[in-house]
This record gives sequence, structure tokens and C-alpha cells, in this order.
Amino acid sequence: MIGIEEPEAFRFAVRAWIAENCPAEMRDGDHSPAHICWGGRNWVFESQAQQLWLERASAVGLTVPTWPREYGGAGLDRTREKIYREELERANARLPLQSFGIWMLGPALLRFGTPEQKRAYLPPIAQGKMRWCQGYSEPGAGSDLASVQTKCDDQGDHWRVNGQKIWTSYADKADAIFALVRTDKHAPKHKGISFLLVDMASDGVSTKPIRLISGSSPFCETFFDDVQVPKDRVVGEVNGGWDVAKYLLTHEREMISGGGTGVSGGRALGAVLADAYPDGLADQTLRNRAVETEIDALAISLTLDRYKDQSSAGQGVGHASAMLKYLGTELNKSRHEFIMSAYGSNALEWGAGFAEPWLRSKANSIEGGTSEVMLSIIARRVLDLR
Amino acid sequence: MTGLAQTTDETMLVESARSFIDQAAPVSHLRGLRDAGKTYDPDLWAQMVAMGWAGVLIPENAGGSDMGFTAACLLSQEMGKTLASSPFISTAVIAATVFRHAARDKSQKALKEIASGHRIYAMAIDERGKFAPEQVRTYAKSTDKGYELSGSKVFVVDGGFANRLLILARTDEGLTLFDIAADATGVEISPNSMIDSRNAANITLDQVALKSDAIVGSAGKAMKVLAPALHAGQAAVAAEATGLAIAAFDMTIAYLKERTQFGVKIGSFQALQHRAAHLWCEIEATRSALMNAGRVLDQSPQDAGLAVSLAKARAMQTARLAVSEGVQMHGGIGMTDEFDMGFYMKRARVLAEWLGDYGYHAEKIAQARGL
Ligand SMILES: Cc1cc2nc3c(=O)[nH]c(=O)nc-3n(C[C@H](O)[C@H](O)[C@H](O)COP(=O)(O)OP(=O)(O)OC[C@H]3O[C@@H](n4cnc5c(N)ncnc54)[C@H](O)[C@@H]3O)c2cc1C
Repeated sequence: MIGIEEPEAFRFAVRAWIAENCPAEMRDGDHSPAHICWGGRNWVFESQAQQLWLERASAVGLTVPTWPREYGGAGLDRTREKIYREELERANARLPLQSFGIWMLGPALLRFGTPEQKRAYLPPIAQGKMRWCQGYSEPGAGSDLASVQTKCDDQGDHWRVNGQKIWTSYADKADAIFALVRTDKHAPKHKGISFLLVDMASDGVSTKPIRLISGSSPFCETFFDDVQVPKDRVVGEVNGGWDVAKYLLTHEREMISGGGTGVSGGRALGAVLADAYPDGLADQTLRNRAVETEIDALAISLTLDRYKDQSSAGQGVGHASAMLKYLGTELNKSRHEFIMSAYGSNALEWGAGFAEPWLRSKANSIEGGTSEVMLSIIARRVLDLR
Repeated sequence: MTGLAQTTDETMLVESARSFIDQAAPVSHLRGLRDAGKTYDPDLWAQMVAMGWAGVLIPENAGGSDMGFTAACLLSQEMGKTLASSPFISTAVIAATVFRHAARDKSQKALKEIASGHRIYAMAIDERGKFAPEQVRTYAKSTDKGYELSGSKVFVVDGGFANRLLILARTDEGLTLFDIAADATGVEISPNSMIDSRNAANITLDQVALKSDAIVGSAGKAMKVLAPALHAGQAAVAAEATGLAIAAFDMTIAYLKERTQFGVKIGSFQALQHRAAHLWCEIEATRSALMNAGRVLDQSPQDAGLAVSLAKARAMQTARLAVSEGVQMHGGIGMTDEFDMGFYMKRARVLAEWLGDYGYHAEKIAQARGL
């Protein structure tokens, strides 16, 4: 909520814990991609502090605060989780660990995984020992995700996978991939898909980086050429992967949408203007844009709060993730457009720190399902228009 | 601390309000008033009074039901859905909050008479086309007996039938709020013919003689009693506009499912689906801002400025979008008087200006957020 602050014992406990455990170098508020700790088998820590911070946080479950303790989490409810995040921000602390395992695979395993799968895969995610990537999109299956064609044949004692994924973020860095594969090509398209876990070190898996407009190459084409996968790597039912896939997408969308509000996290627009125009603002239209962006940001962040409160109160929140993804990502694009205009020609050079995030923000309304797809989901599922 | 989810009690209040309003004040009620050349239905207000709505913000010891600001906003939102016409906001929200912040010995009577329906108040602030309380020029000259008030007011909502007026004026001490009878000598009230078929008036004050006990709060300190009342009123106006937007949206969605062109329902056209879905998202975000404003007013009223301005700013934009999409997606029928959407559009326009437009509140937000 905005306008009400309630001091709580938990808040003070967390504050004290952060003060004691988060190394000073990790309290520089630097959330830029280059300094994210992703973890994984081959992870090279940028500093001892980064390693220490990960170890201390994961030891008490705070890399995945809402996960159950038995799987490496801290078992926090949504309210406490929010307090924890606010306190991290207050301390200017970096997140100890970020990953697709935390955002996407973990929630899906918690819901659909067998006890053995949960025990095998969740703790390594929580501890930053295993890094995952997402193998959903294919050249012919983007918005129409359910038309994935990557073949997965039952070979009796194992699966055999052949096909190609595209736009696989960090496929070249990840230890494993969760992929949508076709296990029944005769069934209707949604009914023949399975959700498969594949080790990237398996024979026959290869990747090829693709360069983005922002200059970096965080994503790849991923190829599967007669890859053998053990039978117990299907999450959910065989041919029931679409349910897992959709559930995971709601988490992915919430994660992507959160970047937009900037009320918590991103730079305050007031600070942007003060920094860019120390002698005062000549162009009032810039200020107007900032205010409009700010108004929407506040309303969206309150909507996140409201949905949390509603779900804590046992009230349904319907298709919240599609709505938050749509509004949040469109807003994030506006924020970056605004920041670019605010800094003018000072923002135009590579390395100045503005153009890369601006260009990156354009992907927000594409990745995880485009804005148009979000609107179609709302029109169909919420408004029952068809 | 109550969060942003609606409580069970609130849901019950909303449901009972809804069933009462649907029966007593559907849109056809406003249409009927308009066709009869009236802007106010005393019977409808009497029924609202009987249900405790006039006293929603008044303590029980003054005969009120003291349900709080969130409840007042929820009631206002329900009224907005069918454009129910009543002095709820000017009297039960704004005037009641003014008196609640004034010294008890003087305000108790006013509170009792608001709760019992004996007093209907209109708030007279504006003097030009925009809400700007700090720029009020109506002057109250001090005399041996008290004050003499002269000036003119515009857009006094419910001013055509209120029996009491709260007048914001300037004394030598500064901004001062006066509580006067609508029929006092020197007060001339000329009702406006408003686009929304509701009541508003222009008022001229010509040497209106007042005793100093007509001052609410103290001379030069109007904002002490007025600021909380304006916040409450702004939140209630935002709530009415949000209810209006929700209803206009629902009508539009129903029409998309009903109207056939090119052999299919128009709701199957993606161009319309996406616009409808976008509007739904905007309404959801605005509802959050509104709920937050109610909660902050109830739990931390001294900090309500940002929350209230956010709700008002958002609600005005959302209502405007809802009614313009509403007319557009209905095609020709949307433009007809016979169809209700026009009433929503006109009311939304009036609400947009009442107690500060989008720009006014955007400016407040800018200041609060360091822009
Ligand atoms: C930075 C980035 C990272 C990504 N990371 C991953 C990843 O790690 N793993 C992964 O699997 N995928 C990833 N993706 C892929 C992403 O999920 C797809 O790009 C996205 O789903 C859109 O698919 P597409 O690119 O094929 O576009 P298309 O589906 O071809 O869409 C093209 C345009 O057509 C519109 N369109 C399509 N269908 C409709 C319709 N029915 N109605 C209206 N408009 C429509 C779209 O909205 C879009 O504007 C990533 C994408 C980006 C940009």
C-alpha cells in the first residue's frame, strides 16, 4: 500500500539479518545484468563477496523465500516475502541469486513435480548450483506455442529428442533446459505435448548464440540431435505438458511484469530528472510524461498489492498475470523511452548505460507472450469474447 | 491493518447498496427526472438517509452510522454504476467531514442534522472554470457584528436545492470557511442547466451579513477543516467515476456479445477485443488506486494526499476511456439519447472537473513524488 507503513517485528529481524550478512560490496544497488549472480555448475563468482552472499542467503532459504524449507526455501508467506524484498531494497542490496529455476521451473515443480523430482531439482536451484534455461519457442511456434514440433519418441527405457528451439535465453550458459516437446503427433496440438527436463551436457545438444539489437547475445538457437533422456524426466503427465507450461508461464509473466513499475526497483523518475537537469528543467512536456508514467506505475504497483491481499484473503484473482504482464511491460517501455529522452544525446553512446536497457525493454512485451497475446487471453478468458 | 482486498462486511454493504439502487435509482430514474425537468428527488435521498448513508461518516453519538471512508467510497461507486442522483458526496462526504474536523460544540448540531437528512449542504469553492481553492477571491469583510460576504461562485454542485452552503472565502486572516443558510439575505442562487442532468448552481453573494459563529473552524484556517473534507470528496468522486466506468464497460461488453455484423458477433473482432481487454486492465488498476485511497483515508488520513490524488487522476482517465470506447463500440446507437451511454459520458465529464481535474491531481502527485 502507499501511504501506510506498519512497523513489524519481522521487518526489523530481516533488516538486522541483512545488515549482518550482506557483504558491503553487495550493497551497491547494482542490479545491472552484468552483475547478476546466476549460479550454476560453471559459475565464476565475480568476487568473494558475491559468493559469500549467495552462501549465506541460501543457508537460510532466502534465495527462494517462499519455497518450503524442505526444498531449500524459507517458507515465507507473501506479506513477509514482500517485507524481505523491501528490506533488501532499503539496504541497497543485490539479490543473492536470480535464475530461471527460481522464477519459472521451481514453481512448476512445486506444483507438478513428483517428490523425487522436487528433492532432486529444487535444492540445487535454491543453492545456485544448477542453472536452467527455457526451451519453449521454436522457429514455427512463437505466440502459437502449442504448435511446438520438437520430437520426443519413447524408446522404451529412454526418450529420444530431435528438433530445434529458438530464442533460448542463456542456453549456452545453462546446465539444463526445461523443454516443451511433442510426445504424440496425432493428438490435438495441446494434448500431445510433454514437459521434459534435459541436461545440456547430453550428447546431441548444441547451441548457437543470436545477437540482439542491444548488442549482447543472451539467447541462442538450441538443437537436439538424437538426444537420449532418462524416462523420469517428464514433469506432470506424459502428453499433459501444456498444463505445466501454462502454469509456468503465469509465473514468468508475473516476473517480467514486475520490472515495469519502478516504484520499487527501477530508478525513480524524479531522480532521473534531477540528475539529467541539475539546473532545472526547460521542457515541461518531459515532466508531464514523467508524471503520467509515475501515475500508472503507482496504480500498477497497488494492483500487485491488491492481488496479493486478495489471494491472502482467499479471494480469486482470475487472470492477473496476463493483465500485470501487459500493463507492467508496456509501462517499462514507456519508462525507458522517457529516460532516453530525459538524457537526450548523452544517452546515445554504447556504454553510457541508457541505450542497452532501453533496447532490452523492448523485449518485455514480446518475451513470455506478447502484449497482443495477453490482450487476447483477457478478452477470451475474462471477458468471454470469442 | 486492513489490506486492499474487500472485507466480507464491505461485500455485504456493496450487495445491499446494489439491490437498493437497482430498484430505487436505475439509470431510468435519472432519465425520468431529466424528462420531468428536475435535478433532484427528495424521496430518493430520504430513503438513503433512512439507510444511514447520510451518516456514513458521522459518529454514532451524532446519529451517524460511522462506517468510514472505504465504505463511503464503495457506496459512491455503486451509485456511479447507475448514475444515482443524490447529494451524497456534497453532504454526506464533504460537509460531514468538514464538521467532523471542526470543534465539537459547534459542529455537533450540523452533524446531527446531516445524519437525519434535515440539512443538505453544497460546497461553494470554485469561482472560475477550474478548481483552485487557494485562489479564492470571494471576500468576507469584517464588520462590528461579524462579517459581510461578497463575491461569486460557480459550479456549486447541488447548490440549486441545498438548504445550507459552505462558502470558501477570504478574510483578512486568510482562507476562511463559512456555513450559511441558502436563503440568507444577499444570496442569489441561479441553477445551471448541466450536461449531466444533475444539479449545480452559480451563486452570487452580495454583502451577506454573517455573525462570526458562521465560521467553521477558525478564521484564516479553512484548510484545517477543508483539506480532509476535500480529500474525502475527491476520493468519493473518484469512486463514483470508477463505478461509472465499470458500468459503461459492462454495457459495452454485453453489446459486443449481442450485436451481429458480417454474420458474426462484433465481439469476435480482434480489434475490438483488444481494446476491450485494455480497458479492463485500466479499470483493474484504477480500482486498486481507489481501494488504496479509501484505506489510507481510514487508517492514516494525514498521509492521504498522494493516495487520493492518484485515485482521482486515474479514475478520471479510466472513466473517459470507458465512455468514449463505450460510445464508439456501440456505433450509431451509442450516439442516441434513447440509449444510456450518453448519460454516462456526460456525467463522466462533470466528474472530471469536480474537485480538481486530471491535471490538478497529476500536479499534486508530481510534487509528492519529487518530480
Ligand atoms: C529477449 C527475449 C528472450 C526470450 N527468451 C526466451 C526463452 O528463454 N525461451 C523461450 O522459449 N522463448 C524465449 N523468447 C521467445 C518469446 O517467447 C517469443 O518471441 C514470443 O512468444 C513471440 O513469438 P515470436 O517471436 O514467434 O513472434 P510471433 O508469434 O510470430 O509474433 C509476431 C507478431 O504477431 C503478433 N501476433 C501473433 N499471434 C497473434 C494473434 N493471435 N493475434 C494478434 N497478434 C498476434 C505478436 O503479438 C507479434 O506482434 C524470448 C524472446 C525475447 C525477445
